[in-house]
Amino acid sequence: MDVTVTVNGVEYERDVEPRKLLVHFIRDDLDLTGSHIGCDTGNCGACSMIVNGQLVKSCMMLAVQANGATVETVEGLAEDGELTALQQSFSDHHALQCGYCTPGMLMSATALLRENSSPSDEEIKKALQGNICRCTGYWNIFEAVKAVAK
Amino acid sequence: MLLREVEYAKPASVAEALALLAANDGARALAGGQTLINVMKARAASPDMLVDLNGLDKLKGIELGADGTLTVGAMTTYTEVLASAEARARPILGEVCATIADVQVRNRGTIGGNVCSNDPTNHLPPLMCAIGAQMTIASAEGERTVPASDFFLGVYMTAVGQGELLLRITIPAGKRDGFAAVTLGAEGTCIANAAASVNGDVRVALGCVDAVPVLIEAASADEVGDAVDRAGLQPPSDVHASSEYRAHLAKVLAVRAAHEAAGRS
Repeated sequence: MDVTVTVNGVEYERDVEPRKLLVHFIRDDLDLTGSHIGCDTGNCGACSMIVNGQLVKSCMMLAVQANGATVETVEGLAEDGELTALQQSFSDHHALQCGYCTPGMLMSATALLRENSSPSDEEIKKALQGNICRCTGYWNIFEAVKAVAK
Repeated sequence: MLLREVEYAKPASVAEALALLAANDGARALAGGQTLINVMKARAASPDMLVDLNGLDKLKGIELGADGTLTVGAMTTYTEVLASAEARARPILGEVCATIADVQVRNRGTIGGNVCSNDPTNHLPPLMCAIGAQMTIASAEGERTVPASDFFLGVYMTAVGQGELLLRITIPAGKRDGFAAVTLGAEGTCIANAAASVNGDVRVALGCVDAVPVLIEAASADEVGDAVDRAGLQPPSDVHASSEYRAHLAKVLAVRAAHEAAGRS
């Protein structure tokens, strides 16, 4: 099926099999490998992306369902190579250990801060609930998000 | 995971969706996909065709009638319920939806998908039974409405047959409801859950203890525990809870949900 999708401001048109998951399309067909596949069961959140303004786990969506959609992945956060305040804060707070969960964590925290620029501690934790860090480095991730929350 | 080969259709109308589902025995409706796509990865289901309902605006949205009746479109997401001022007319609905999984799943997962998948560990089947929801199902022959207590037929099975679609759920007015669950981690899969509603009598629906929600009725919240004992529950055992422990949890949660409901005005 023909699919047209705008990813990080760039429009792509591809022929896609209906059975292909959005995360595979983004990683394999578009070669945007920032989004990770951790569990492939919808639990870990490493594949989190923002589709039409909404945070989703891209392993639970078909690529053909993104036809006509606007998709944001971790590669789209830093404009002209300049890290966002959130990304810089992750670096400053040592909020990544192995880094595998980081793209998903960044997308979830980005989605949170867009909706709510001054989240409470509880709201930050709830917003990151769908993202698993197997290094269990949650505290520094929380601190990094809290530092950029107004 | 690579899914088995599957056809994909995105109908523009309910009639078109019904025709696609009726014409192909191997067709399955795709709502939010937060269950079905994972089930397909595991090959536990391998439909020949997915009929994507995401283009059907008629199945979306929440309306509040003058008498307080809520009508929730089957394709309404949990996030839409949480954001809806109308949905607050029956507060338990948003309270329970807020405890389902995580932000990402709530953004895609739908009310209709939750009840139609009828996983015995889902939150909404017992809730719909307790609050007396009515499910409106469409087929080529027309529409029919089934009470929630007759909607859930077995594990993963509901009154929605091949060639049919759940259109909407109608929920009567009411505020005296409660819900209690023991989950795997915060807001994870339920080990046992209970939904309660007080309209004169206390009506409690227990989840995770049988293939379908088990309805318990009692004259007062204080009598719910005894009513659960009389029901003679024989829930399944699994790695998370033995049958005896799950039955114990069901009773504790039934009483807790009933008292929450009875304590509200």
